[in-house]
Amino acid sequence: MRASLTPLLTAIAAAMLIAGCGTTPEDQTQAPTTAVDPTTGKPPATAGTQPQKVPGVDLTAKADAKGADPRVKSGALARRSIYYDYDQFDIKDEYRALVEAHAKYLRDNPSAKMLIQGNTDERGSREYNVGLGQRRSDGVKKMLVLLGARDNQIESVSLGEEKPQADGHEESAWSKNRRSDILYGGEY
Amino acid sequence: MLRTIKNTRRVSRLQLSLGSRWPALCALLMLFAASSVRAQLDITITEPSIQRRPIAIASFAGEGALGPTAVTSIVRADLERSGVFRALELPPLNPPPTEATNVNYAEWKSRLAEAVVVGSVSSRPDGRFEVRFRLHDVVKGANLGGIAYTMSKEQVRATGHRIADFVYEKLTGDKGVFSTRIAYVVKRGNRYELQIADADGAGEETALASFEPIISPSWSPDGRRLAYVSFENKKPVVYVHSLLDGKRNVAANFRGSNSAPAWSPDGKTLAVTLSREGGSQIFLVNPDGSGVRRITTSAAIDTEPRYSPDGKWIYFTSDRGGSPQIYRMPSEGGEPQRVTFEGSYNVSPRPSPDGKTLAYITRNSGRFQVALQDLANRQVQIITDSDRDESPSFAPNGRMILLATVIGGRGLLSAVSADGRFKQRLSAAAGADVREPAWGPFIE
Repeated sequence: MRASLTPLLTAIAAAMLIAGCGTTPEDQTQAPTTAVDPTTGKPPATAGTQPQKVPGVDLTAKADAKGADPRVKSGALARRSIYYDYDQFDIKDEYRALVEAHAKYLRDNPSAKMLIQGNTDERGSREYNVGLGQRRSDGVKKMLVLLGARDNQIESVSLGEEKPQADGHEESAWSKNRRSDILYGGEY
Repeated sequence: MLRTIKNTRRVSRLQLSLGSRWPALCALLMLFAASSVRAQLDITITEPSIQRRPIAIASFAGEGALGPTAVTSIVRADLERSGVFRALELPPLNPPPTEATNVNYAEWKSRLAEAVVVGSVSSRPDGRFEVRFRLHDVVKGANLGGIAYTMSKEQVRATGHRIADFVYEKLTGDKGVFSTRIAYVVKRGNRYELQIADADGAGEETALASFEPIISPSWSPDGRRLAYVSFENKKPVVYVHSLLDGKRNVAANFRGSNSAPAWSPDGKTLAVTLSREGGSQIFLVNPDGSGVRRITTSAAIDTEPRYSPDGKWIYFTSDRGGSPQIYRMPSEGGEPQRVTFEGSYNVSPRPSPDGKTLAYITRNSGRFQVALQDLANRQVQIITDSDRDESPSFAPNGRMILLATVIGGRGLLSAVSADGRFKQRLSAAAGADVREPAWGPFIE
């Protein structure tokens, strides 16, 4: 997290607004010369005539996470996505081998951690879609645990409709976006 | 509704009371001061309302000294945007009237004005300006009062909004929302920005920039903080973000997903959706992240909590009946009651500021549109005709609803009057999608 306003700039902003503003009744000749934040009794830290009155937080310079165990990048473990039919949450038979391979890895590597991200297509409420994506990732987690992985190795979460794999607005795109993605520790 | 302030004593008392609170007003003006005019969101009125009240806003004497943006042009634009008023085109008036001019009501009546605003701008020795105005009800032949502001050149827009608020409230009986702010998310390429702007879309500023999605901004009741969901940690986490100093704290980052924050009306509690105990269930948490407690217990998805304005109820979306519908429950927990019955997809409940109406999104023949339900008689009215409406948000006076929609494949904001008759669009520059609007509260 990086605040783009330095304390110096903040101080300048505060100084400028102390000199900057007043609202006076019609019959009052003397304008007020200081401004305070009514809640703190101090000059407001960042308001006034500076262009930036809402200090920004910039996360876009954040570094990527460090790498994961190279074994999870190849073979059966390189397959990470499970796709769903519309409004469906069950894991289709074609993905059983994929889930079993990941369950075996988690069984054999008790210190390994996994994040499962459930996703939906773009239709409907963003927040309700977070719930639907959660239902998908919870289903994958449940199957992995049934196959011998430990509950505390796996976190199931939802990205709702926010991270589509395909950008279109028709079924061919939507079918790629209704999915669960598997990430290993070091990849998130 | 019209409150007439006739004698000077009453006017000056009103102004003294304003004057005695000048620090707060000053802070407010500064908060709203549009320091640089970079109108990021452009407003287009797409469906004008039919019956608008004609109002004359005479250019203030001497306002040319303020630079290219005339304070009266802000007032006119604000009042037009409300859908309630139509600003009359006026010929140049010689001599230009001021707040001290004796208004000839018969003359303004002949210009078909229901009300007239006159004023003046004068330079002060300290380089600032004094803006004075007075509002007259032409129909009743009554002076409705005025205010004087001392301001810098950069505060033209903020002052215009304050004047428009005064005029709107005097003439309609409802508080104006021109000085309020809105929050929304702009997506440009893979970059997401949580922005704050004046209610007219001007003076936007970025509170948070991220390469991961940001959704569900929610204003604290005092307008100083935003709660929202950020995916910066590869999962949804609820943050509380102070707009005054840019400081953020995690309000909910439990194992699983954390989303859908909603403030209680007293600002002391957030309702959130957590998956930490399996599924998606509603919990209450203190804004600092402490004191988490669960309030729904179902095997379904329970999400999108929203407090009623009196704080007694929480409205929420649940698919416990097989399809997503809106329910409400006592705000500390208790038996839910179903609220929506028509249709198979009703989500995103938003109680109106007076608590009498519920806005929500309904799926209507495959199209997602804004519906209003009268909570007393359960009558439902769909007030938009677009396809992909989301995230409705009431103006704090309840007269407009801001929402996100998609037109021509592009995300933009739309504002619709609560009767559905007046519509406008707020769109960003080409190549950017705007979504997730949240209309901020009145700031006292």
